[in-house]
Amino acid sequence: MSDVEAPPIENAGALGLRGCHHCGMTWQGAAEGEPCARCGTRLHARKPDSINRTWAYLIAAAILYLPANLLPVMITKSLLGTQQDTILSGVIYFWVSGAYGLAALIFVASFLVPLFKLSALILLNVTAQRRSDWRQLERAKLYRILEVIGRWSMLDVFVVALLAGLVRIQGFAEITAGIGIAAFGAVVVLTMLASLSFDPRLTWDSRLDPAATEDLKTGHEST
Amino acid sequence: MKEVPDAIVCEGCDAVYRRVRLRRREVSHCPRCSTELDRHAGDQSARVLPLTVACLILFAIANLFPIVEIELQGLSSETTLVGAVVALTTEGMSPVALLVLATTLLFPLLQLCILFYLLVPMRYERRPAGFELLVNALVALRPWGMVEVFLLGVLVAIIKLSSMAQVIAGPALWAFMGLTVLLTAVLSFNPRTFWEMAFEPRPGQEA
Repeated sequence: MSDVEAPPIENAGALGLRGCHHCGMTWQGAAEGEPCARCGTRLHARKPDSINRTWAYLIAAAILYLPANLLPVMITKSLLGTQQDTILSGVIYFWVSGAYGLAALIFVASFLVPLFKLSALILLNVTAQRRSDWRQLERAKLYRILEVIGRWSMLDVFVVALLAGLVRIQGFAEITAGIGIAAFGAVVVLTMLASLSFDPRLTWDSRLDPAATEDLKTGHEST
Repeated sequence: MKEVPDAIVCEGCDAVYRRVRLRRREVSHCPRCSTELDRHAGDQSARVLPLTVACLILFAIANLFPIVEIELQGLSSETTLVGAVVALTTEGMSPVALLVLATTLLFPLLQLCILFYLLVPMRYERRPAGFELLVNALVALRPWGMVEVFLLGVLVAIIKLSSMAQVIAGPALWAFMGLTVLLTAVLSFNPRTFWEMAFEPRPGQEA
């Protein structure tokens, strides 16, 4: 960034400072949970109970990931009979009919992104829990990537919703939503909640000197 | 509790830096974890209000007119966003219907209305009632508005149907495209700027 030697980086926790994540103001000597005097947001050294909450959302999402991929998301009734589609059979349908780009898009958005998000958040949470200092910069970047891509998994939910609303020609063709889409929507929402409840600052906590770490711990316990 | 106005804390890793005045279009990043620290708001606040109004107009068109129409053996069928939500509800998929309604209609609309409500009085440097609550709501709603994902969903659905029926794009489809572009511009406005715009920390107020 500049040619000057950068001074050593100091952590807010060690200096007794707390930044308001909402309005950006910095406070000195704020107690854990005390509201910010400018905007009223409660000031926490770390998001309260971040690791446990993230685990709860992740476990729920991992459980629902199975029905989301195994149960039909869309049921097509036409003159030729009834056809049930899961997420992956929809991808295969596009691939076989020659729409490779579209098949790849849906495969990435509906299958790879949730899987990637689940495993990446598990990795981030495990390393944060163990206060590991393994590849901290990469972990920080991984977290920011997750925040950007997570929403795109909703794609299939919208596709099914539209098709169900649109294709309602009695007798000829009718598309209804299958139970799998409810599980799938829940997976997307739960992984989004998991990444929102994860505190990226935990990634860097192992670098704190032991005294400051102790201070943070007692701050957690007193609330 | 004491205010430290010349320090800035990185949200990504809790590192502390000296706050520097940014020039126009400047963005500062944390040298340790590269999270964005601060951004010069520039004249964005002046631009956001007209864009918000334009968004509201497009929003109305996008939801009042059909998105797509299909024709099959002389029979036709069309749907609006609300129509799709209603269809899902009647099929017993109310949680999914609610999810679609919230992420594509309620949350973006709420965001636009809050922005409009906040920005108009702030032109006259007045602080509207419920300011804290509404700015908070704006931040909380941010990850959950998914108009751009919905637009991609519409395009996928059109391609999916084009093999079995004739698909005609409705006026709402174009409105959704415009809305996606404008919303991206409007939502790049950081709600934190509201706190920096007109509201210096009031002296004597202790929490």
